[in-house]
Amino acid sequence: MSLAVRVIPCLDVDGGRVVKGINFLDLRDAGDPVELARTYDAEGADELTFLDISASHEGRATTMEIVSRTAEEVFIPLTVGGGISSVDDVDRLLRAGADKIAVNTAAIHRPELVAEIADRFGNQVLVLSVDARRVTAGGASTDSGWEVTTHGGRKSAGLDAIEWARRAADLGAGEILLNAMDADGTEDGFDLDLIAAVRREVTIPVIASGGAGAVDHFAPAVDAGADAVLAATVFHFGTLRIADVKGALGAAGHPVR
Amino acid sequence: MNPARSQVVVLDYGSGNVRSVVRAVERAGAEVTLASDFDAALESDGLVVPGVGAFAACMAGLRAVKGERIIGRRLAGGRPVLGICVGMQVLFEQGVEHGVTTEGCSEWPGVVSRLQAPVVPHMGWNTVEVPDETSLFSGIQDERFYFVHSYGAREWVLETNDRTRAPLVTWAEHGGDRFVAAVENGPLTATQFHPEKSGDAGAALLRNWVASL
Repeated sequence: MSLAVRVIPCLDVDGGRVVKGINFLDLRDAGDPVELARTYDAEGADELTFLDISASHEGRATTMEIVSRTAEEVFIPLTVGGGISSVDDVDRLLRAGADKIAVNTAAIHRPELVAEIADRFGNQVLVLSVDARRVTAGGASTDSGWEVTTHGGRKSAGLDAIEWARRAADLGAGEILLNAMDADGTEDGFDLDLIAAVRREVTIPVIASGGAGAVDHFAPAVDAGADAVLAATVFHFGTLRIADVKGALGAAGHPVR
Repeated sequence: MNPARSQVVVLDYGSGNVRSVVRAVERAGAEVTLASDFDAALESDGLVVPGVGAFAACMAGLRAVKGERIIGRRLAGGRPVLGICVGMQVLFEQGVEHGVTTEGCSEWPGVVSRLQAPVVPHMGWNTVEVPDETSLFSGIQDERFYFVHSYGAREWVLETNDRTRAPLVTWAEHGGDRFVAAVENGPLTATQFHPEKSGDAGAALLRNWVASL
Protein backbone atom coordinates (compact mmCIF):
# COMPACT_ATOMS: atom_id res chain seq x y z
CA MET A 1 0.00 0.00 0.00
CA SER A 2 1.11 3.53 -0.47
CA LEU A 3 -0.02 7.11 -0.42
CA ALA A 4 -3.44 7.57 -2.00
CA VAL A 5 -3.95 9.82 -5.01
CA ARG A 6 -5.89 12.81 -3.73
CA VAL A 7 -9.07 13.90 -5.49
CA ILE A 8 -9.77 17.55 -4.76
CA PRO A 9 -12.88 19.56 -5.68
CA CYS A 10 -12.30 23.31 -6.03
CA LEU A 11 -14.94 25.92 -5.21
CA ASP A 12 -14.83 29.45 -6.58
CA VAL A 13 -16.14 31.73 -3.86
CA ASP A 14 -17.17 35.38 -4.27
CA GLY A 15 -18.34 37.33 -1.24
CA GLY A 16 -19.02 34.11 0.64
CA ARG A 17 -21.04 32.49 -2.13
CA VAL A 18 -20.13 29.72 -4.56
CA VAL A 19 -19.95 31.33 -7.96
CA LYS A 20 -20.43 28.58 -10.51
CA GLY A 21 -23.87 27.03 -10.43
CA ILE A 22 -24.44 23.77 -8.68
CA ASN A 23 -27.22 21.77 -10.21
CA PHE A 24 -26.76 18.14 -9.28
CA LEU A 25 -27.18 18.08 -5.56
CA ASP A 26 -30.24 18.37 -3.47
CA LEU A 27 -28.93 21.21 -1.36
CA ARG A 28 -30.96 23.61 0.71
CA ASP A 29 -28.67 26.37 -0.44
CA ALA A 30 -26.55 25.47 -3.44
CA GLY A 31 -24.56 28.68 -3.12
CA ASP A 32 -23.38 28.01 0.41
CA PRO A 33 -19.73 26.89 0.34
CA VAL A 34 -20.03 25.29 3.76
CA GLU A 35 -22.91 23.07 2.75
CA LEU A 36 -21.15 22.12 -0.46
CA ALA A 37 -17.95 21.39 1.47
CA ARG A 38 -19.90 19.05 3.75
CA THR A 39 -21.38 17.30 0.74
CA TYR A 40 -18.04 16.80 -0.97
CA ASP A 41 -16.59 15.51 2.28
CA ALA A 42 -19.41 12.97 2.49
CA GLU A 43 -18.77 11.99 -1.14
CA GLY A 44 -15.15 11.15 -0.38
CA ALA A 45 -13.19 14.28 -1.31
CA ASP A 46 -9.64 14.00 0.06
CA GLU A 47 -9.16 17.75 0.43
CA LEU A 48 -11.08 20.89 -0.44
CA THR A 49 -9.87 24.03 -2.16
CA PHE A 50 -11.61 27.40 -1.95
CA LEU A 51 -10.58 29.96 -4.50
CA ASP A 52 -11.63 33.41 -3.36
CA ILE A 53 -12.39 35.55 -6.39
CA SER A 54 -13.88 38.45 -4.39
CA ALA A 55 -12.70 41.78 -5.63
CA SER A 56 -13.68 43.75 -2.54
CA HIS A 57 -12.35 43.95 0.98
CA GLU A 58 -15.81 43.08 2.31
CA GLY A 59 -15.94 40.06 0.05
CA ARG A 60 -12.66 38.78 1.45
CA ALA A 61 -13.83 39.30 5.02
CA THR A 62 -16.85 37.16 4.23
CA THR A 63 -14.61 34.45 2.83
CA MET A 64 -12.79 34.39 6.15
CA GLU A 65 -16.08 33.59 7.89
CA ILE A 66 -16.75 30.83 5.37
CA VAL A 67 -13.33 29.33 6.07
CA SER A 68 -14.04 29.35 9.80
CA ARG A 69 -17.46 27.77 9.44
CA THR A 70 -16.07 25.09 7.13
CA ALA A 71 -13.21 24.26 9.50
CA GLU A 72 -15.73 23.88 12.32
CA GLU A 73 -17.68 21.25 10.43
CA VAL A 74 -15.48 19.53 7.87
CA PHE A 75 -12.55 17.45 9.05
CA ILE A 76 -10.47 17.14 5.91
CA PRO A 77 -7.74 19.55 4.78
CA LEU A 78 -8.81 22.91 3.42
CA THR A 79 -6.71 25.03 1.05
CA VAL A 80 -7.63 28.65 0.43
CA GLY A 81 -6.31 30.71 -2.47
CA GLY A 82 -7.04 34.02 -4.14
CA GLY A 83 -5.64 37.46 -3.45
CA ILE A 84 -3.09 36.37 -0.85
CA SER A 85 -0.19 38.80 -0.97
CA SER A 86 1.41 38.93 2.48
CA VAL A 87 2.46 36.90 5.49
CA ASP A 88 -0.33 38.61 7.43
CA ASP A 89 -2.92 37.38 4.92
CA VAL A 90 -1.64 33.85 5.47
CA ASP A 91 -1.68 34.23 9.23
CA ARG A 92 -5.32 35.36 9.20
CA LEU A 93 -6.41 32.47 7.00
CA LEU A 94 -4.58 29.85 9.06
CA ARG A 95 -6.10 31.27 12.23
CA ALA A 96 -9.52 31.17 10.59
CA GLY A 97 -9.06 27.45 9.99
CA ALA A 98 -7.31 27.00 6.64
CA ASP A 99 -4.65 24.26 6.55
CA LYS A 100 -2.90 25.45 3.42
CA ILE A 101 -2.93 28.60 1.36
CA ALA A 102 -2.32 28.98 -2.37
CA VAL A 103 -0.42 31.94 -3.77
CA ASN A 104 -0.23 32.86 -7.42
CA THR A 105 0.12 36.39 -8.82
CA ALA A 106 1.63 37.96 -5.71
CA ALA A 107 4.46 35.42 -5.81
CA ILE A 108 5.13 36.23 -9.46
CA HIS A 109 5.46 39.92 -8.60
CA ARG A 110 7.51 39.24 -5.47
CA PRO A 111 9.03 35.73 -5.33
CA GLU A 112 10.45 36.40 -1.83
CA LEU A 113 6.89 36.06 -0.58
CA VAL A 114 7.24 32.29 -1.02
CA ALA A 115 10.27 32.18 1.26
CA GLU A 116 8.68 34.54 3.79
CA ILE A 117 5.61 32.34 4.15
CA ALA A 118 7.60 29.10 4.26
CA ASP A 119 10.00 30.45 6.87
CA ARG A 120 7.19 31.58 9.13
CA PHE A 121 4.69 28.73 8.79
CA GLY A 122 6.61 25.86 7.20
CA ASN A 123 6.54 24.85 3.55
CA GLN A 124 3.67 22.40 4.13
CA VAL A 125 1.17 25.31 4.26
CA LEU A 126 2.25 26.80 0.96
CA VAL A 127 0.81 25.81 -2.39
CA LEU A 128 2.20 27.62 -5.41
CA SER A 129 -0.54 27.97 -7.99
CA VAL A 130 0.82 28.20 -11.54
CA ASP A 131 -1.37 29.10 -14.52
CA ALA A 132 0.70 27.62 -17.32
CA ARG A 133 0.26 27.34 -21.08
CA ARG A 134 2.29 26.35 -24.09
CA VAL A 135 4.06 29.28 -25.73
CA THR A 136 2.31 30.04 -29.00
CA ALA A 137 3.98 30.99 -32.24
CA GLY A 138 4.85 34.64 -32.11
CA GLY A 139 4.80 34.75 -28.30
CA ALA A 140 7.86 35.30 -26.13
CA SER A 141 9.82 32.05 -26.15
CA THR A 142 10.90 30.16 -23.03
CA ASP A 143 13.45 27.37 -22.67
CA SER A 144 10.83 24.78 -21.82
CA GLY A 145 8.17 25.97 -24.25
CA TRP A 146 5.78 26.61 -21.36
CA GLU A 147 4.98 30.01 -19.89
CA VAL A 148 3.27 31.43 -16.82
CA THR A 149 0.14 33.48 -17.35
CA THR A 150 -1.89 35.86 -15.19
CA HIS A 151 -5.41 37.30 -15.39
CA GLY A 152 -7.00 33.92 -16.00
CA GLY A 153 -4.64 33.10 -18.84
CA ARG A 154 -5.13 36.36 -20.70
CA LYS A 155 -1.68 37.79 -20.03
CA SER A 156 1.80 36.35 -20.20
CA ALA A 157 3.88 36.87 -17.09
CA GLY A 158 7.07 36.52 -19.11
CA LEU A 159 8.27 33.54 -17.04
CA ASP A 160 9.18 30.01 -18.01
CA ALA A 161 6.53 27.92 -16.23
CA ILE A 162 8.78 24.95 -15.52
CA GLU A 163 11.62 27.16 -14.30
CA TRP A 164 9.17 29.08 -12.10
CA ALA A 165 7.86 25.88 -10.50
CA ARG A 166 11.41 24.74 -9.77
CA ARG A 167 12.41 28.11 -8.35
CA ALA A 168 9.32 28.29 -6.12
CA ALA A 169 10.06 24.81 -4.80
CA ASP A 170 13.61 25.96 -3.99
CA LEU A 171 12.22 29.04 -2.24
CA GLY A 172 10.03 26.86 -0.03
CA ALA A 173 6.75 26.02 -1.74
CA GLY A 174 5.41 22.74 -0.39
CA GLU A 175 3.28 21.83 -3.37
CA ILE A 176 2.52 22.95 -6.94
CA LEU A 177 -1.06 23.47 -8.12
CA LEU A 178 -0.57 23.22 -11.86
CA ASN A 179 -3.38 24.80 -13.85
CA ALA A 180 -3.14 23.95 -17.54
CA MET A 181 -4.67 27.00 -19.22
CA ASP A 182 -4.76 25.37 -22.67
CA ALA A 183 -6.74 22.41 -21.34
CA ASP A 184 -8.89 24.36 -18.90
CA GLY A 185 -12.56 24.21 -19.83
CA THR A 186 -12.03 21.82 -22.76
CA GLU A 187 -13.01 18.68 -20.80
CA ASP A 188 -10.69 16.85 -23.22
CA GLY A 189 -8.33 15.60 -20.51
CA PHE A 190 -5.40 16.88 -18.51
CA ASP A 191 -2.32 18.39 -20.16
CA LEU A 192 -0.05 15.38 -19.72
CA ASP A 193 3.03 16.95 -21.29
CA LEU A 194 2.84 19.87 -18.87
CA ILE A 195 2.44 17.58 -15.85
CA ALA A 196 5.41 15.45 -16.93
CA ALA A 197 7.56 18.53 -17.56
CA VAL A 198 6.94 19.89 -14.03
CA ARG A 199 7.29 16.43 -12.43
CA ARG A 200 10.78 16.11 -13.93
CA GLU A 201 11.88 19.37 -12.30
CA VAL A 202 10.43 19.32 -8.78
CA THR A 203 10.37 16.85 -5.88
CA ILE A 204 7.37 18.40 -4.12
CA PRO A 205 3.82 17.13 -4.77
CA VAL A 206 2.10 18.24 -7.97
CA ILE A 207 -1.67 18.77 -8.18
CA ALA A 208 -2.93 18.55 -11.76
CA SER A 209 -5.77 20.86 -12.75
CA GLY A 210 -7.53 21.76 -15.97
CA GLY A 211 -9.16 19.65 -18.64
CA ALA A 212 -10.92 16.89 -16.69
CA GLY A 213 -14.05 15.78 -18.50
CA ALA A 214 -14.35 12.01 -18.00
CA VAL A 215 -13.44 9.54 -15.28
CA ASP A 216 -10.75 7.94 -17.44
CA HIS A 217 -8.90 11.27 -17.76
CA PHE A 218 -7.56 11.05 -14.23
CA ALA A 219 -5.31 7.97 -14.29
CA PRO A 220 -3.16 9.29 -17.18
CA ALA A 221 -2.54 12.49 -15.18
CA VAL A 222 -1.23 10.36 -12.31
CA ASP A 223 0.85 8.26 -14.73
CA ALA A 224 2.35 11.53 -16.02
CA GLY A 225 3.44 12.38 -12.48
CA ALA A 226 0.56 14.07 -10.64
CA ASP A 227 0.20 13.29 -6.92
CA ALA A 228 -3.28 14.77 -6.76
CA VAL A 229 -6.01 15.81 -9.20
CA LEU A 230 -8.23 18.86 -8.91
CA ALA A 231 -11.42 19.75 -10.75
CA ALA A 232 -14.25 22.21 -10.36
CA THR A 233 -16.96 22.33 -12.98
CA VAL A 234 -17.25 18.61 -13.65
CA PHE A 235 -17.90 17.98 -9.97
CA HIS A 236 -20.22 20.95 -9.46
CA PHE A 237 -22.38 20.09 -12.44
CA GLY A 238 -22.46 16.43 -11.61
CA THR A 239 -20.78 15.40 -14.86
CA LEU A 240 -18.48 13.35 -12.67
CA ARG A 241 -18.84 12.04 -9.14
CA ILE A 242 -15.87 11.79 -6.81
CA ALA A 243 -16.55 8.13 -6.08
CA ASP A 244 -16.54 7.30 -9.81
CA VAL A 245 -13.26 9.15 -10.34
CA LYS A 246 -11.74 7.16 -7.49
CA GLY A 247 -13.16 3.95 -8.92
CA ALA A 248 -11.47 4.65 -12.24
CA LEU A 249 -8.17 5.52 -10.55
CA GLY A 250 -8.35 2.35 -8.48
CA ALA A 251 -9.12 0.23 -11.54
CA ALA A 252 -6.03 1.69 -13.21
CA GLY A 253 -3.92 0.53 -10.27
CA HIS A 254 -3.57 3.80 -8.38
CA PRO A 255 -4.26 3.68 -4.63
CA VAL A 256 -7.22 5.77 -3.49
CA ARG A 257 -8.85 6.33 -0.13
CA MET B 1 -22.55 20.83 30.90
CA ASN B 2 -22.15 17.14 31.40
CA PRO B 3 -19.92 16.61 34.44
CA ALA B 4 -18.85 13.22 33.14
CA ARG B 5 -17.15 14.67 30.09
CA SER B 6 -13.36 14.70 30.14
CA GLN B 7 -11.67 18.09 30.26
CA VAL B 8 -9.01 18.54 27.60
CA VAL B 9 -6.67 21.47 27.10
CA VAL B 10 -5.25 22.08 23.62
CA LEU B 11 -1.95 23.81 24.27
CA ASP B 12 -1.91 27.22 22.61
CA TYR B 13 1.64 28.17 21.77
CA GLY B 14 1.22 29.93 18.46
CA SER B 15 1.04 26.88 16.25
CA GLY B 16 -0.94 27.23 12.98
CA ASN B 17 -4.46 25.94 12.67
CA VAL B 18 -5.51 24.91 16.19
CA ARG B 19 -9.18 25.61 15.63
CA SER B 20 -9.61 22.28 13.83
CA VAL B 21 -7.91 20.42 16.66
CA VAL B 22 -10.20 21.99 19.24
CA ARG B 23 -13.32 21.19 17.23
CA ALA B 24 -12.25 17.63 16.46
CA VAL B 25 -11.51 16.81 20.11
CA GLU B 26 -14.83 18.38 21.12
CA ARG B 27 -16.56 16.20 18.57
CA ALA B 28 -14.80 13.21 20.15
CA GLY B 29 -16.72 13.92 23.35
CA ALA B 30 -14.42 16.07 25.47
CA GLU B 31 -14.85 19.55 26.84
CA VAL B 32 -12.02 21.49 25.26
CA THR B 33 -10.20 24.67 26.18
CA LEU B 34 -7.51 26.34 24.11
CA ALA B 35 -5.00 27.59 26.68
CA SER B 36 -1.37 28.22 27.42
CA ASP B 37 -1.88 28.68 31.16
CA PHE B 38 0.53 26.45 33.11
CA ASP B 39 -1.88 25.28 35.79
CA ALA B 40 -4.79 24.74 33.40
CA ALA B 41 -2.57 22.66 31.11
CA LEU B 42 -1.24 20.69 34.06
CA GLU B 43 -4.57 19.92 35.67
CA SER B 44 -6.80 18.93 32.74
CA ASP B 45 -7.72 15.28 32.20
CA GLY B 46 -5.92 15.34 28.87
CA LEU B 47 -3.48 17.67 27.12
CA VAL B 48 -3.13 17.94 23.35
CA VAL B 49 0.11 19.35 21.96
CA PRO B 50 -0.51 20.34 18.31
CA GLY B 51 2.25 21.55 16.03
CA VAL B 52 2.95 22.46 12.43
CA GLY B 53 5.91 24.01 10.68
CA ALA B 54 9.51 23.84 11.75
CA PHE B 55 10.81 21.77 14.68
CA ALA B 56 12.95 24.64 15.94
CA ALA B 57 10.10 27.16 15.79
CA CYS B 58 7.76 24.76 17.58
CA MET B 59 10.30 24.08 20.34
CA ALA B 60 10.83 27.82 20.80
CA GLY B 61 7.08 28.37 21.07
CA LEU B 62 6.71 25.43 23.43
CA ARG B 63 9.49 26.69 25.71
CA ALA B 64 7.90 30.14 25.82
CA VAL B 65 4.85 28.64 27.57
CA LYS B 66 6.96 26.17 29.62
CA GLY B 67 5.44 23.41 27.52
CA GLU B 68 8.35 21.07 28.11
CA ARG B 69 7.82 21.26 31.87
CA ILE B 70 4.07 20.88 31.53
CA ILE B 71 4.53 17.71 29.49
CA GLY B 72 7.20 16.34 31.83
CA ARG B 73 5.18 16.95 34.97
CA ARG B 74 2.01 15.52 33.50
CA LEU B 75 3.77 12.34 32.44
CA ALA B 76 5.49 11.97 35.81
CA GLY B 77 2.00 11.93 37.31
CA GLY B 78 0.62 9.55 34.67
CA ARG B 79 -1.60 12.24 33.14
CA PRO B 80 -2.36 11.75 29.43
CA VAL B 81 -0.70 13.83 26.72
CA LEU B 82 -1.38 13.60 22.97
CA GLY B 83 1.19 15.07 20.57
CA ILE B 84 0.15 15.69 16.96
CA CYS B 85 2.49 16.07 13.94
CA VAL B 86 5.36 18.35 15.02
CA GLY B 87 3.78 18.02 18.49
CA MET B 88 4.90 14.38 18.25
CA GLN B 89 8.29 15.15 16.73
CA VAL B 90 9.31 17.48 19.58
CA LEU B 91 8.86 14.59 22.03
CA PHE B 92 12.05 13.05 20.63
CA GLU B 93 15.55 13.99 21.69
CA GLN B 94 16.54 16.04 18.66
CA GLY B 95 15.34 17.49 15.40
CA VAL B 96 17.72 18.08 12.50
CA GLU B 97 16.61 20.60 9.88
CA HIS B 98 18.88 22.08 7.20
CA GLY B 99 21.88 20.75 9.11
CA VAL B 100 20.86 22.50 12.33
CA THR B 101 20.19 20.35 15.39
CA THR B 102 17.53 21.45 17.89
CA GLU B 103 17.01 19.84 21.28
CA GLY B 104 13.56 18.39 21.77
CA CYS B 105 11.66 17.36 24.91
CA SER B 106 13.60 14.05 25.13
CA GLU B 107 10.66 11.96 26.28
CA TRP B 108 12.00 9.38 23.82
CA PRO B 109 15.53 8.93 22.48
CA GLY B 110 16.04 9.38 18.77
CA VAL B 111 16.30 11.96 16.05
CA VAL B 112 13.74 13.52 13.75
CA SER B 113 15.29 13.96 10.31
CA ARG B 114 14.31 14.67 6.72
CA LEU B 115 12.36 11.98 4.90
CA GLN B 116 14.29 10.22 2.15
CA ALA B 117 11.68 9.83 -0.58
CA PRO B 118 11.32 10.94 -4.21
CA VAL B 119 8.48 13.34 -3.33
CA VAL B 120 8.60 15.34 -0.09
CA PRO B 121 6.55 16.61 1.80
CA HIS B 122 4.73 13.35 2.43
CA MET B 123 1.29 14.82 1.85
CA GLY B 124 -1.99 12.96 1.81
CA TRP B 125 -3.82 9.87 3.02
CA ASN B 126 -1.67 6.87 3.86
CA THR B 127 -2.09 3.49 5.47
CA VAL B 128 -0.36 2.56 8.72
CA GLU B 129 1.08 -0.66 10.20
CA VAL B 130 -0.56 -0.97 13.59
CA PRO B 131 0.61 -3.34 16.38
CA ASP B 132 -1.96 -5.93 17.47
CA GLU B 133 -2.19 -4.68 21.05
CA THR B 134 -3.26 -1.17 20.03
CA SER B 135 -6.15 0.57 21.73
CA LEU B 136 -5.66 3.92 19.95
CA PHE B 137 -6.41 2.33 16.56
CA SER B 138 -9.12 0.02 17.85
CA GLY B 139 -11.62 -0.47 15.02
CA ILE B 140 -9.64 1.65 12.52
CA GLN B 141 -6.47 -0.38 11.90
CA ASP B 142 -7.07 -0.53 8.16
CA GLU B 143 -8.03 3.11 7.61
CA ARG B 144 -6.00 5.82 5.95
CA PHE B 145 -4.90 8.94 7.84
CA TYR B 146 -3.87 12.39 6.63
CA PHE B 147 -0.16 13.16 6.79
CA VAL B 148 1.67 16.35 5.89
CA HIS B 149 5.32 16.50 6.90
CA SER B 150 8.86 16.53 5.52
CA TYR B 151 10.59 15.13 8.62
CA GLY B 152 10.04 12.08 10.72
CA ALA B 153 11.37 9.69 13.36
CA ARG B 154 12.88 7.22 10.91
CA GLU B 155 14.21 4.95 13.65
CA TRP B 156 12.76 3.90 16.98
CA VAL B 157 15.70 3.46 19.32
CA LEU B 158 14.18 3.22 22.80
CA GLU B 159 15.40 0.04 24.45
CA THR B 160 13.12 -1.70 26.89
CA ASN B 161 13.73 -4.55 29.28
CA ASP B 162 11.47 -7.10 30.96
CA ARG B 163 10.47 -4.65 33.67
CA THR B 164 9.33 -1.84 31.41
CA ARG B 165 6.40 -2.19 29.10
CA ALA B 166 7.53 -1.54 25.53
CA PRO B 167 5.69 1.31 23.78
CA LEU B 168 3.43 0.35 20.89
CA VAL B 169 4.86 1.85 17.73
CA THR B 170 2.83 2.27 14.54
CA TRP B 171 4.74 2.76 11.29
CA ALA B 172 4.04 4.31 7.90
CA GLU B 173 5.95 4.18 4.65
CA HIS B 174 6.38 6.72 1.86
CA GLY B 175 8.54 6.40 -1.21
CA GLY B 176 10.58 3.61 0.37
CA ASP B 177 11.24 5.43 3.65
CA ARG B 178 9.72 4.16 6.91
CA PHE B 179 8.95 6.35 9.88
CA VAL B 180 7.00 6.39 13.12
CA ALA B 181 3.31 7.16 12.47
CA ALA B 182 2.11 6.86 16.07
CA VAL B 183 3.25 5.86 19.54
CA GLU B 184 1.23 4.54 22.48
CA ASN B 185 3.44 4.79 25.53
CA GLY B 186 1.37 4.70 28.72
CA PRO B 187 0.04 8.23 29.29
CA LEU B 188 2.00 9.55 26.31
CA THR B 189 0.33 9.16 22.93
CA ALA B 190 1.41 10.74 19.67
CA THR B 191 0.58 10.72 15.98
CA GLN B 192 2.64 11.97 13.06
CA PHE B 193 -0.56 12.30 11.01
CA HIS B 194 -3.37 14.76 11.73
CA PRO B 195 -6.35 12.96 13.29
CA GLU B 196 -8.26 16.28 13.23
CA LYS B 197 -7.95 16.27 9.42
CA SER B 198 -8.43 12.54 8.91
CA GLY B 199 -12.21 12.54 8.54
CA ASP B 200 -14.13 9.70 10.18
CA ALA B 201 -11.01 7.62 10.85
CA GLY B 202 -9.41 10.51 12.70
CA ALA B 203 -12.62 11.12 14.65
CA ALA B 204 -12.65 7.48 15.75
CA LEU B 205 -9.02 7.70 16.87
CA LEU B 206 -9.72 10.82 18.91
CA ARG B 207 -12.76 9.11 20.48
CA ASN B 208 -10.51 6.19 21.45
CA TRP B 209 -8.09 8.62 23.06
CA VAL B 210 -10.76 10.65 24.86
CA ALA B 211 -12.37 7.42 26.11
CA SER B 212 -9.03 6.48 27.69
CA LEU B 213 -8.88 9.66 29.78
